[in-house]
Amino acid sequence: MSNSMSDEIIKKLELQANVIRQSIIEMLVTAGSGHTAGPLGMADIFTYLYFHELKHDPKNPTWPERDRLVLSNGHICPVFYATMAHAGYFDIKELQTLRKFGTRLQGHPHREYLPMVENSSGPLGSGLSQAVGMALADRIDHGQKNDRFIYALMSDGELDEGNSWEGIMLAGKNQLGNLIAVVDRNNIQIDGYTENIMPLEPLGAKWEAFNWHVIEVPGHDFTALHEAVQTAKSIFNKPSVIIAKTIPGRGVPEFERDYLWHGKPPNKEEANMALKELRTLGGKIKSEHQ
Amino acid sequence: MLNPNAKLNTKVFDTDCEVSPIRKGFGEGLLQAGKLNDQVVGLCADLTESTQMHLFANEFKNRFIEVGVAEQNLATVASGMSAMGKIPFISSYAMFSPGRNWEQIRTTIAYNDRKVIIAGSHAGISVGPDGGTHQAIEDIALMRVMPNMCVISPCDAIEAFKATIATLNWPTPVYIRLAREKTPIITTANTPFAIGKAQILWESSTNPSLGSKASKLEACIVVCGALVHRALLAAKELEGKGVGSIVVNLATIKPFDAETIISCAKKTGAVVTVEEHQIAGGMGSAVAECLAQNCPVPIEFIGVQNKFGQSGTMDELIAHYKMDVPDIIEAVQKVISRKG
Repeated sequence: MSNSMSDEIIKKLELQANVIRQSIIEMLVTAGSGHTAGPLGMADIFTYLYFHELKHDPKNPTWPERDRLVLSNGHICPVFYATMAHAGYFDIKELQTLRKFGTRLQGHPHREYLPMVENSSGPLGSGLSQAVGMALADRIDHGQKNDRFIYALMSDGELDEGNSWEGIMLAGKNQLGNLIAVVDRNNIQIDGYTENIMPLEPLGAKWEAFNWHVIEVPGHDFTALHEAVQTAKSIFNKPSVIIAKTIPGRGVPEFERDYLWHGKPPNKEEANMALKELRTLGGKIKSEHQ
Repeated sequence: MLNPNAKLNTKVFDTDCEVSPIRKGFGEGLLQAGKLNDQVVGLCADLTESTQMHLFANEFKNRFIEVGVAEQNLATVASGMSAMGKIPFISSYAMFSPGRNWEQIRTTIAYNDRKVIIAGSHAGISVGPDGGTHQAIEDIALMRVMPNMCVISPCDAIEAFKATIATLNWPTPVYIRLAREKTPIITTANTPFAIGKAQILWESSTNPSLGSKASKLEACIVVCGALVHRALLAAKELEGKGVGSIVVNLATIKPFDAETIISCAKKTGAVVTVEEHQIAGGMGSAVAECLAQNCPVPIEFIGVQNKFGQSGTMDELIAHYKMDVPDIIEAVQKVISRKG
């Protein structure tokens, strides 16, 4: 994988992310509950990983050689489900069953119903440690040879949890170069802005102090994301964290940066407005290369 | 008399009966499990020797992970290792694992269906001098209530050894409860053991020509863990008083061996449960849940009665919390008197 991406690829990823955002809105309005801000904010990162970077095969979800992606903050699962459906793991129509009785698309992901997800999640602060366990297991089997990578996607708010820092410490101690954490640094959590609820800054310096390689990037810039992941993959003697500065609610200006959109879905009117915004902007979002 | 099919230690009633800590059986079992299966890994939270995991750690250095004093991490890292095909054994004191990390065990191990074997050492009040903070007397309840979790409380070091190895072929996550202090060796290498199977250790003879003073079986004592020896002593003494009884070692509390327990309840018409645990939610509760539905008989419960522990020797504490031989005898007499 080269360190640069063509404008054509970037354009394709941007369009894909836009389609995924539309699916997120459609799912949430049908479900009548769920989280809006985080899923919209993470759509670009999920798109980048599933449509460009991850070693995976939607037709063979349990392919042993696949990269592993652990979603820690399970509440952003609308973006997870929408991305997986668009990537070909299951029918896009199934997205409309989100949170309904009998659905495979539980309010927070459950591995029993959806075996292609690596872990059940929801309670915060435990995903990174599961990824650490996966990376440790690979180290036992393959030593320093990084034939696959373990990605842990997590929120900034869940860094309030002690379990998160226990995982960070252990990964640093064991120099897990096969582990890449991605923090959705959107600055919001349920009760408000992270720096008011429980200040995290200087966040990069904290990870660095725990012996991680730290990369801070704008979270909606595919070129920057790509460079960050390629750098992370090249660091073999330390785990890497990509602190992705995202805009919660990204793509729908009325939802952006407002923590009140953390844990509620749009109503019909708001959803129609959001879908109109997304569809109008579809294909017109400027990347930094244009 | 001791059940001959159980092939128990013939010196079990002797004053010089061999003693060994139950946790040691786990340590030796884990070492053996590591030799039998190269996917076995061990994780510990700064209590490697105390939980006897050092035996495995010294032999398999590259398959041992020291996570530090971080029990939440202990459980969640193990879940991740299981996802990659490893068979993780995690150990700490029961008070901290599953005490502190209960939600992590629930979500990332039980709900997530990742097979991890959780060894909770220093369970019960028999930990002694460390005091109430370190005496896990709620752990059976915590783990029994969790779907997809198997719960085992071995009665001695030999049974702990067998139980630890047996988890290799068990499909679900397992909690193994271990005690710190040396306790009598009851079983032998030849005693049968299977997860999910309760075992009759004692059944009074009702034949006077064999020298028994008991003419009928009047009660069944269901017991697990370190108190099994005391239950046997009580049964023997009761027989001397003309009271015939059965002692069942309910080493696996979940899945529950309803068949054996119902059959013994039918045979005797009265049950006493004995455990080094809170009465609420423990092994006795599991017995009561089963018998209330299937064979309602009077039941008495021996265990800690809604109190925290405190410092003292094992023997002092067992006596203080009324879990000793005279307490078991009294409970048996009481339960018999309650029969209609």
